[in-house]
Amino acid sequence: MKQSQQSNDPLAAPPGMISVTVDGRTVLVPRTMPDWQGRQVPTTMLQACELAGVTVPHYCYHPKLPVAGNCRMCLVEYGVPALGPDRKPMRQPDGSLVIKKSPRPAIACATPVSPGMEIYTSTPTVKLMRQSVLEFLLINHPLDCPICDQAGECKLQEYSVEYGRASSRFVETKVHKNKQVDLGPRIMLDQERCILCSRCIRFTRDVVGDDALGIVNRGSYSAIAAYPGTTFDNNYTLNTADICPVGALTSKDFRFQMRVWFLKETMSLCASCGTGCNIVIGSRENRIYRFTPRQNDAVNSCWMCDYGRLNYRWIERADRLTNPGGTKLTKPDWEDAINGIAAGLKQTIPGHIAIVASARLTNEELYLVRRLAQFLGAPTDCAPRSGPADNLLLCADRNPNTKGAQLLGIAASLPGANLPVFARLIRNGTIRSLLVFGEDVTRHGIAPEDLARLDFLVASDIHSNGTTMISHYFLPGCAHVEKRGSFTNVHGRIQKFEKAVDPPGLARPELYWLSELVCRVTGQSVGRTVESVFEAMRAEVPAFRNIAWADLEDHGVATSV
Amino acid sequence: MPCERHLILKNIRKPGYSTDIECYLRHGGYEVLRKALALQPAAQPDGTTLGPKEQIRREVEISGLRGRGGAGFSCGMKWSLVDRKSGKPVYLVCNADESEPGTFKDRQIIHHDPHQLIEGMIIACYANDVHLAFIYIRGEFIEGARILDRALEEARAAGFLGRNILGSGYDLDIYIHRGAGAYICGEETGLIESLEGKRPYPRIKPPYFPAVLGLYQCPTIVNNVETLCAVKHIVGMGGAEYARLGTPDNTGTRLVCISGHVKRPGCYEIEVGKVTFRDLIFDEAFGGGLLDGRQLKAIIPGGVSAKVFRAGEKVRVNKRTADGKMIETEMDVLDLPYDFTSVSAAGSMSGSGAIIVLDNSADMVEVLANISEFFAHESCGQCTPCREGSLWMAKILRRLAKGRGQPADVALLLSVADQIPGGRTICAFGEACSWPVQSFLVKFGDEFRAKAEANADKKSDRAFAETQ
Ligand SMILES: Cc1cc2nc3c(=O)[nH]c(=O)nc-3n(C[C@H](O)[C@H](O)[C@H](O)COP(=O)(O)O)c2cc1C
Ligand code: SF4
Ligand code: SF4
Ligand code: SF4
Ligand code: FES
Repeated sequence: MKQSQQSNDPLAAPPGMISVTVDGRTVLVPRTMPDWQGRQVPTTMLQACELAGVTVPHYCYHPKLPVAGNCRMCLVEYGVPALGPDRKPMRQPDGSLVIKKSPRPAIACATPVSPGMEIYTSTPTVKLMRQSVLEFLLINHPLDCPICDQAGECKLQEYSVEYGRASSRFVETKVHKNKQVDLGPRIMLDQERCILCSRCIRFTRDVVGDDALGIVNRGSYSAIAAYPGTTFDNNYTLNTADICPVGALTSKDFRFQMRVWFLKETMSLCASCGTGCNIVIGSRENRIYRFTPRQNDAVNSCWMCDYGRLNYRWIERADRLTNPGGTKLTKPDWEDAINGIAAGLKQTIPGHIAIVASARLTNEELYLVRRLAQFLGAPTDCAPRSGPADNLLLCADRNPNTKGAQLLGIAASLPGANLPVFARLIRNGTIRSLLVFGEDVTRHGIAPEDLARLDFLVASDIHSNGTTMISHYFLPGCAHVEKRGSFTNVHGRIQKFEKAVDPPGLARPELYWLSELVCRVTGQSVGRTVESVFEAMRAEVPAFRNIAWADLEDHGVATSV
Repeated sequence: MPCERHLILKNIRKPGYSTDIECYLRHGGYEVLRKALALQPAAQPDGTTLGPKEQIRREVEISGLRGRGGAGFSCGMKWSLVDRKSGKPVYLVCNADESEPGTFKDRQIIHHDPHQLIEGMIIACYANDVHLAFIYIRGEFIEGARILDRALEEARAAGFLGRNILGSGYDLDIYIHRGAGAYICGEETGLIESLEGKRPYPRIKPPYFPAVLGLYQCPTIVNNVETLCAVKHIVGMGGAEYARLGTPDNTGTRLVCISGHVKRPGCYEIEVGKVTFRDLIFDEAFGGGLLDGRQLKAIIPGGVSAKVFRAGEKVRVNKRTADGKMIETEMDVLDLPYDFTSVSAAGSMSGSGAIIVLDNSADMVEVLANISEFFAHESCGQCTPCREGSLWMAKILRRLAKGRGQPADVALLLSVADQIPGGRTICAFGEACSWPVQSFLVKFGDEFRAKAEANADKKSDRAFAETQ
């Protein structure tokens, strides 16, 4: 009996743990937890409540930003074990602790828990405190939800419904501020909608390192602004529109385009550089409206760069290849194209054929290319693509899957190193056939005149390009948003993505026709699904051996190399 | 006979006393500093030895000195909380932001006896191992900053500041930092932010307790001008001797600023708890009574953020009887001794020592409207309840004062005021802006209701609202 009492004793938690009680439920929480930078610091009430499955509403707190404690939405009541005259915790006759309730509330987002603490998140006092914070936030708020882009994903709307009061007691004139502040090239600010949570300020100052935003004026007249004479322009500005809990900061790209509740959400990745930021694609009726970051602490935290986020409009460009074609194809028909290409490939001679495959293709697609290359005796390479890196996410390698191409043996160890060799071998007549998947080699050192010498040139891409235009056969490919698959990012993490929209016309995912070609040319089938190809790849390529498709889940898996 | 007791004002009140260092030295200036720096380690009864710095800190503890900036927190205790093991430098900041309406005591010292403050600061710094200190002075005190600047220059030239002060091996420098004109810069963590060159947004506590994470994230002591001057006198006369002045728990002397409808407004130095409100308002030695033909209406006892007392109000406080027992007694507010404990027991606070006296000519609605206007203007705007609540209250009061009230206003105003204080805000400004409203409405509710009702027939008109 005594024993069980001991083990239930909140002050006798295992090492490194603290026992706290949230709304009557006792839970063990770690003594320390990661702060916004991942450093271990004392666990806060808010974190403890989350672990206990209790939501504490909050505006200014964001797990990836330094704590500000200014919105006061997270106020809770609490008590701690009362100490007797001997400075030891006092006990009830039944052995339980005597709890002394604090006369003052505390902000859950910044207050550390202590052993035996009791947190009360749903007392009448707490409910009233939340209600009054919401009332205060709303008195000077313009309430222009019907024309506000945030409607549907607005924390002010959500909490007002959940915790607020139905009618306003405010009869004064509201404070008016500037509703259209052009903060920078990609961000608009409506100062009246702003609840001054300072998330945007902290993000750009503390995460990006660009101390670009601040508050001007004081009291109720306070307003967010860029420093006078400057604009808010770094490669991460659009994240502020994501973390702004209200419709104060909006993306110029997305505002007024679509009501968010109409958007279909697809789990995907950004394909604009080797970092592989995790994203959600918002689409409707086969049209993409926005990319937003999806949290993955192993990759991009909660952020993505503006460059990657806005790099989607090309998908709808008018010059998309929508059907198979080429100088040797008489009608735009997949069957004819595959037949023609397969027949051509059967006549090639090892050592006289080369393959260039894009490092934008998926691991599975590149594996199929590898099967082809091995069978045909073709050397391979990728086209490198680079740009300036920054110190946050954007990396110099602007291909999403260079690492995958290297692990699969498609890319040269210095990607692109083989391309000048191919050019020379074409010119001297050694290479007679060339397959180009997803690139325009005329922009990578192989001139159109050289291509013209080839006996057999097959190309694929998303848009018509200098190579597809003169190829004997070309095939229309897909943007990654139009297919499924996986990429391996620069750090060797394999991550999968899902299909958001259908490709245009007769364009088909590369996996679909590459698997067909592999089957026709090699006589061996690896199946036609992403999963079956992945399985085959795993069986053959050491780097992928221990990873099953199902393991990738939402956040991917690090390869062993 | 109630009378003043001069410690801090002693020299200031002497005819011909000036701010230059020669004058200060002629009046015994910097002698206490010499004494402090000459202290030797002292053997204790228990066999341990106490270093000179610990001795000074012990004296301050014994003195019972309570901070004169507003909260009345024990100075000895504040110093004992300083994290001395962090390996980081310890800073000391003198809070000379004096902005609480009704308060005009620190400026007496700064304008008339700057070296007294500097000597107190050097001693406090020495006691706490501080080598760099700041005087954060209110932006509007341009002349004060100039005087202090010159005094610091003189002190440096005389070897009281800088390297190896008076051959003791102790180094200290003091810099002046002028604020840019915001009341919130007086709140110690707002002050620290401002000193760091940022907007004076008060910091959340935890984790930013100045004694641990203050200026530049280092342990920091923030003390009021008057507190630091008191330190000089404590070290000069000994903590125990100082504690004999005033009353238990409310030791020493204190500057009181009396303003409003009295004949002799001004700054007076009293033994804490030895004089009553009646003395301070009516005695010839202090306020000298109300203007002829007027009646006392209200007393704001500690700067405008303190809760108001109504004339004739009965307050209940604990009083020590002759045989040392504490008994609860009811008394007229005028008989309340002016000290930290009594005024707070009576439901308000002595705050910054500013007593504002209002007679029957005062319209309490206008007084409160004026006070609320001040707070709405000065709220830093960082946290929701204070930012929005302070202006909301001011707007309702503006309407009431202009004769545009509605019957529901009084209840609404009180409800808004109730939604701000009690630890819901980042700093005590939340209390500062709501306490006056709560107390005026409770104690002068009839005046507010009368204003609101007078309008019951008129519709609230939008036209007025638009002009706000
Ligand atoms: C809103 C606000 C304004 C304040 N203004 C002043 C001020 O002008 N001067 C001052 O000495 N203390 C002011 N204080 C108190 C300081 O925060 C701090 O407690 C004081 O400087 C400590 O000094 P002491 O311990 O010597 O009293 C203010 C506090 C608040 C909450
Ligand atoms: S603009 Fe948005 S994120 Fe920035 S302070 Fe205002 S509400 Fe917060
Ligand atoms: S950092 Fe790279 S992966 Fe991330 S959003 Fe930018 S371009 Fe896309
Ligand atoms: S209580 Fe008022 S003054 Fe203090 S931090 Fe909050 S908004 Fe600023
Ligand atoms: S979430 Fe804003 S104060 Fe805690």
